[in-house]
Amino acid sequence: MKRTGAQIIWESLLRQGVSTVFGYPGGAILPAYDAMTQYPMRHILVRHEQGATHMADGFARATGQVGVAIATSGPGATNMVTGIATAMLDSSPIVCITGQVGSKLIGSDAFQETDITGVTLPITKHNYLVTRADDVAPTIREAFHVAASGRPGPVLIDITKDAQQSSAEFDWDAAEPKLRGYRPDRRPAPVDYQKAIALIKNARRPVILAGRGIIQSEAGQQVVAFAERTQTPIAMTLLGLGGVAASHELNLGMMGMHGEAWVNTAIQEADLLLAFGMRFDDRVTGNLKTYAPHAKKIHIDIDPAEINKNVPVDVALVGDLREVLVELLPHVPVAEHVEWLARINELKGDSAVRDIQNLPDNGHLYAAHVINDIWRETDGNAIVVTDVGQHQMWEAQYYKHNTPRSLITSGGLGTMGFALPAAIGAKIAKPDAEVWVVVGDGGFQMTMCELATVMQENIDINVAIINNGFLGMVRQWQEFFYEKRYAATPLVNPNFTKLAEAFGLTGITVTKRGEVVPAVRAARNHKGGVVIDFQVEQEDSVYPMVPAGADLHAMIRRPSPIVETAADA
Amino acid sequence: MLHTLVVYVEDKPGVLNRVASLFRRRAFNIDSLTVGHTETPGVSRMTIVCDADPAAARRVEANIYKLVDVLRVDDITDQPAVERELAMIKVAASHETRGQIIQLADVFRARTVDVSNDSLIVEITGSGDKIERLLDVLKPFGVLEMVRTGRVAMARGPRPASKLEDRFAGEDAHEEPGVSYSV
Repeated sequence: MKRTGAQIIWESLLRQGVSTVFGYPGGAILPAYDAMTQYPMRHILVRHEQGATHMADGFARATGQVGVAIATSGPGATNMVTGIATAMLDSSPIVCITGQVGSKLIGSDAFQETDITGVTLPITKHNYLVTRADDVAPTIREAFHVAASGRPGPVLIDITKDAQQSSAEFDWDAAEPKLRGYRPDRRPAPVDYQKAIALIKNARRPVILAGRGIIQSEAGQQVVAFAERTQTPIAMTLLGLGGVAASHELNLGMMGMHGEAWVNTAIQEADLLLAFGMRFDDRVTGNLKTYAPHAKKIHIDIDPAEINKNVPVDVALVGDLREVLVELLPHVPVAEHVEWLARINELKGDSAVRDIQNLPDNGHLYAAHVINDIWRETDGNAIVVTDVGQHQMWEAQYYKHNTPRSLITSGGLGTMGFALPAAIGAKIAKPDAEVWVVVGDGGFQMTMCELATVMQENIDINVAIINNGFLGMVRQWQEFFYEKRYAATPLVNPNFTKLAEAFGLTGITVTKRGEVVPAVRAARNHKGGVVIDFQVEQEDSVYPMVPAGADLHAMIRRPSPIVETAADA
Repeated sequence: MLHTLVVYVEDKPGVLNRVASLFRRRAFNIDSLTVGHTETPGVSRMTIVCDADPAAARRVEANIYKLVDVLRVDDITDQPAVERELAMIKVAASHETRGQIIQLADVFRARTVDVSNDSLIVEITGSGDKIERLLDVLKPFGVLEMVRTGRVAMARGPRPASKLEDRFAGEDAHEEPGVSYSV
């Protein structure tokens, strides 16, 4: 059947199972928007195209399905760049569709023309420029395949206005991807399985490093089975949190720059590291020269380009983590590691124990308390979407995630402004889930225009602003490493409660510990968007901390008795 | 050390840019890059020479192969291969020196392809070393201009087995045993 390129966009998206897109119209994408009215597609009108990409990303992270963002040419497309880079660094499958000026005008610096395929070349898994209506369907189909398979990632499709306006035969079956070189389905060599099994057999102090790959490949069960069979403790990366229940006795918690001391020390003392779907980011390794000096390393990852990138490994198993573990599991010996687990318990014993609930109220409001109370009130069952900075680390420390995809955060790129739009995407993907945004006062203001989207689409999310009147993490670095010269970090903020009200939402201000739980309960009971302005201690810091580039075991420990207590249950 | 990679890519607009951009993005050093058609329509072939230690070369290879338009990557550094480069060198030549230059070129199996009153063009094909040696002996006469193609390479004997999966050559790639990335 004959369709315009614009119609083919929606025909194709529907066949890919897409029911919601996040976008913002404009001249070069107008034919597509006009055709959209003929199709059963929910369109979320954002207030800035960056928001559309973060929403698509939040949608993808909450479900594992491809999120879709749409924008016009030129500034519409360039506004997507930050969201695309965010998705790239965290391997999130999104497809971005941009309008482009007519194909005859390409290269002429026409109005709102940008070479967006050139701009996004290094921050997409792949991208396309489509200049003919005939190519629309095959390109969209291929783009979804590329975005979701192997190591997922963002794909951009730039479609010229004339390709949208002209007509072509629409044949979905004929549009099947024909990629000759792309091979996402990798399997390790048998010889490497043998090497890995031998290393596992000989290990006395093994540690599993679990990253986002366990969530991407839905391997949580297999990781737990491996850990239980071999009695191997599990250290989590930030993006792995939730992949293994925080409550599992072998789950040590988060590693890295703001990981707990016992986790990092265990890694440094280990004789075998099992890296499961993680990429040895500098935020989890610290100084590479002194990283896990006694450990053999087994790296399981879907992306061969990650092997030996930062940390040389002894055995690499390149393939889908779940498939590899299913293959590996029956061959690994049952083990006890009594001494090693006792050693780790000993390490835990001298560190801060994190039950902070029963601490006396000294009149100060600490972010840790706010997050801990949100965790308790939601029974740990909410999807929490965090931004970047101190609040993000406190959330990772004090909200205990027991299910995969219950923490959504920008890890690799560290994108401030991610949380609010990503939460909108997550809520739309999972309308029955309780969604909380935990965001700093700085990052919130980067994309707070999306409160209008919350209003217009009546999105039922709760926003907890951890408001310390500073760009807190930068302030912390200034305190630790720049002799407290607070260059450009103090913030004079608007009244967030009134701001929420201006957007037709509910605003609550909290300044005291005793007000936290009532505010959280009020927000949970309210249908519709709520913004809570938690005015917390201004110069609190995140502990422990491994300074950038320092040895992983050289942590700055908690000095403050306020968040440190041995009174655990 | 220098690594020679043979890369088969889809003959599509922008593919050269994707490959070249990857080297910049990952801070790998390209020594030379050539590209041209192959015996198969729709497939282009690149010869990339890059300076990398063996582990880095492995990552270059893996990263190139990650590009969706790349069909196959072979690192032929350690294989017997024929490697060639073509250079044209314009040398200042008077009536007195012209014969001398042509004689020197002959020693290197180079050809004189253009002559004018005060210069001539020498064309040479061979290894980079050979070209450098010819250049050394021509320099005293005055090298006015030079152009080099960069290296092209082909492994000797039958097509080498790729270290990465080889869908380009066969349909039965799924039946292959897994691939080892351990070093």
